[in-house]
Amino acid sequence: MANKTVQFEIKRQASPESPAVWERFELEWRPGMNVISSMMEIAANPVTADGKPTTPITYDSNCLEEICGSCAMRINGKARMACSALVDNLEQPIKLEPLSKFPLVRDLQVDRAVLFDNLMAVKAWVPVDGTYDLGSGPRVFPQQQEANYPLSNCISCACCMEVCPQFNEDTGFVGAATIAQVKLFNNHPTGKVFKEDRLRALAGDGGVQECGFAQNCVEACPKQLPLTEAISDISRDVMVQKVSDWLRG
Amino acid sequence: MAAPRIIVVGGGLAGLAAVIKIAEAGGTVDLFSIVPVKRSHSVCAQGGINAAKNLKGEGDTTAQHFDDTIYGGDFLANQTVVKAMCEAAPGIIDLLDRMGVPFNRTPEGLLDFRRFGGTLYHRTAFAGATTGQQLLYALDEQVRRYEAEGKVKKYEGWEFLSAVLDSKGQARGITALNLRSMELKSFPSDAIIIATGGIGAIFGKSTNSVVCTGSAQSAIFQQGAYYANGEFIQVHPTSIPGEDKLRLMSESARGEGGRVWVPRKAGDARPVKQIPAAERFYFLEEWYPKYGNLVPRDVATRAIHKVVYELGLGLEGQPMVYLDLTHIDRETLHHKLGGILEIYEKFVGVDPCVEPMKIFPGMHYTMGGLWVDFNQMTNIPGIFAAGECEYQYHGANRLGANSLVSCIFGGFQAGPNAMQFAKNATASEGNGCHEKEIARQTEINQKLMSNQGGENPFRLWRELGQTMTEHATVIRYNKNLQRADEKIVELIDRYKNVNLSDRSQWANTSFAFARQLKNMLELSRTVVLGAMLRDESRGAHYKPDFPDRNDEKFLKTTKASYTGDVSGPRFEFEEVDTQYIKPRPRRYDAAK
Repeated sequence: MANKTVQFEIKRQASPESPAVWERFELEWRPGMNVISSMMEIAANPVTADGKPTTPITYDSNCLEEICGSCAMRINGKARMACSALVDNLEQPIKLEPLSKFPLVRDLQVDRAVLFDNLMAVKAWVPVDGTYDLGSGPRVFPQQQEANYPLSNCISCACCMEVCPQFNEDTGFVGAATIAQVKLFNNHPTGKVFKEDRLRALAGDGGVQECGFAQNCVEACPKQLPLTEAISDISRDVMVQKVSDWLRG
Repeated sequence: MAAPRIIVVGGGLAGLAAVIKIAEAGGTVDLFSIVPVKRSHSVCAQGGINAAKNLKGEGDTTAQHFDDTIYGGDFLANQTVVKAMCEAAPGIIDLLDRMGVPFNRTPEGLLDFRRFGGTLYHRTAFAGATTGQQLLYALDEQVRRYEAEGKVKKYEGWEFLSAVLDSKGQARGITALNLRSMELKSFPSDAIIIATGGIGAIFGKSTNSVVCTGSAQSAIFQQGAYYANGEFIQVHPTSIPGEDKLRLMSESARGEGGRVWVPRKAGDARPVKQIPAAERFYFLEEWYPKYGNLVPRDVATRAIHKVVYELGLGLEGQPMVYLDLTHIDRETLHHKLGGILEIYEKFVGVDPCVEPMKIFPGMHYTMGGLWVDFNQMTNIPGIFAAGECEYQYHGANRLGANSLVSCIFGGFQAGPNAMQFAKNATASEGNGCHEKEIARQTEINQKLMSNQGGENPFRLWRELGQTMTEHATVIRYNKNLQRADEKIVELIDRYKNVNLSDRSQWANTSFAFARQLKNMLELSRTVVLGAMLRDESRGAHYKPDFPDRNDEKFLKTTKASYTGDVSGPRFEFEEVDTQYIKPRPRRYDAAK
């Protein structure tokens, strides 16, 4: 009896300017295999299902534990992390494509630097006075920690941006991940010193009002961040900020 | 004079800690990282970070933390620096707290602490079971703040290839490869800090991330830096075996009450729930009543090996044992261990709150690394090292939750020391050192790109990993180490015939990997040959033929230097600084 195999169809593109082509691969099935281990297998034996020699797939990956946020791609049309995509749970042929909303680098690798730029624009940090010893931090009650911790679990994978219908060049929308970080830092006893700056940064074009409430983000998030809740909280805060800025003239 | 310009290679906790100190002191930093720094391997640390804050009324002290660390490391660590680290730890926790790390809290709003291996105190601060992620993000955010102020320039997606040394052997910059455009470029600097983490990839599958190849350390080693205590490799007792990697199951699972066991009867096929308590063998609790499931990692790992391979009690005959949390209520588990339970459920498909987890030891941490002095500087003037890539804080075995503190502390030392060095540095001796190094790297690259052989680099790597895991992890025999070295020599020879299936000049991952592979091969010899020379058992290094620690001969730091010769690295031994705590036998079956 022939060994059980796994079928892949992978969208390849040698460079941003090159045409996209699909390649088929057939791998020997192994228990516990996932999309990353499959691509490692292809790298060790870069031959398509038709027996044609090819190149190893270019893709981002690092921790393989769904915590570094590197390996986001579209798997059978769905934006998700490749390391936790177990082959046994996927319909075959397994189709792999790069995220579509970010500049393509090669094959399944895209450039998600925009997310880090957004985090800089909203000052997503706590402005400490210095790293010298200034004693303990502010008291934080467990209830507060439990509210903030989920927001701090964002792995910057950008799945929420990929699936958002409003995240495109026309709107310039920052996306759910950045808005959730604004909520996190505005909640922090010291971080909130920049609260007004952050809200103003989200008040204009591309800000929080671009959200169309499709709610795709919260479904796609591999870390189950309360994204829609963060967006509605920040929408309200932005509104209050706008009114108070207007009153102050 | 212009502000000193420092290059930091690696953006995990140690690298970012160094960057922050330099920027704060008015220096300018060029930060190089293969991945966006927020995706560095530090995110994988789970359980927590140690500091003797004594917030549980147990009378914990930094002196006690110091003693636990030295004892846990089997007296191989230099005591002066470990003492300084333990004394600085409470202040580091306070700083992280101020930076906004969402540490778990007590009802009064204070930091909560949990227990970890190798100590009897609640000394580990934690943020759920994703402490490394939370710490890395806090430092990443501070660095982004300095980036916004123009004090830090990030080179993400660039891989370090080598140091640029002047005619006197002093570091004057680095060469690096742009992983997209494949451009090779040199960058000048007044000092360099290497903070590139562990060497897990040398063992094929490990708990480390993909970028943890040790390539940068190896490159520096081949340029003349000492590599110290390479033979000390920590195998974590509880990992989840996988096709692509071994996923860590944090020690915090045991810190929160997890129990390790196997059925007393070999091959017992009954469902877990039907095995009564009396027929379960809680071997760690029986063998080590004082510390129980919280013995240090090397001790737990060898116990699991013994249960599986000597007593033949692995689950269903497989190399696996149970790690059981099912006696703890679901809410507590989710509150304190959420992140790691999710990992297990996601990757194995079984809820660990309902069924015990099946785990087995996996390569986890590199105690050895680049040799540095007490100022974190290697023997190459101007090259500093911090974090897992250097050797000095953990001796022969690292205690759980000491890695995060050693990374941050090391970075905090290396940053200001590199600044000081840069301020005092004289002008470069001789001209053209950058051009010369670029020429050397160009030659290597061209040769690799045009090579016509029959070897696939990924397959060579698998062979290396299998050899290293089989012969150079938990149990070591000289004849097997000898065989492993012969195998590595063979692989180095076959590497000459590496044929890249991808010869393009754009985002060519095979090319980058093949360059790392050469460095992995060279570095793996320091691990294997260092282990061969050390005829004793100490911490993570265990030889059944030499089961005892031998202080007279081997209370010494191993220092390897590169020769370029097929005979391998040259080894010498250095005295260990034991001025504070006199070495005593290390045992965990009784109070120390």
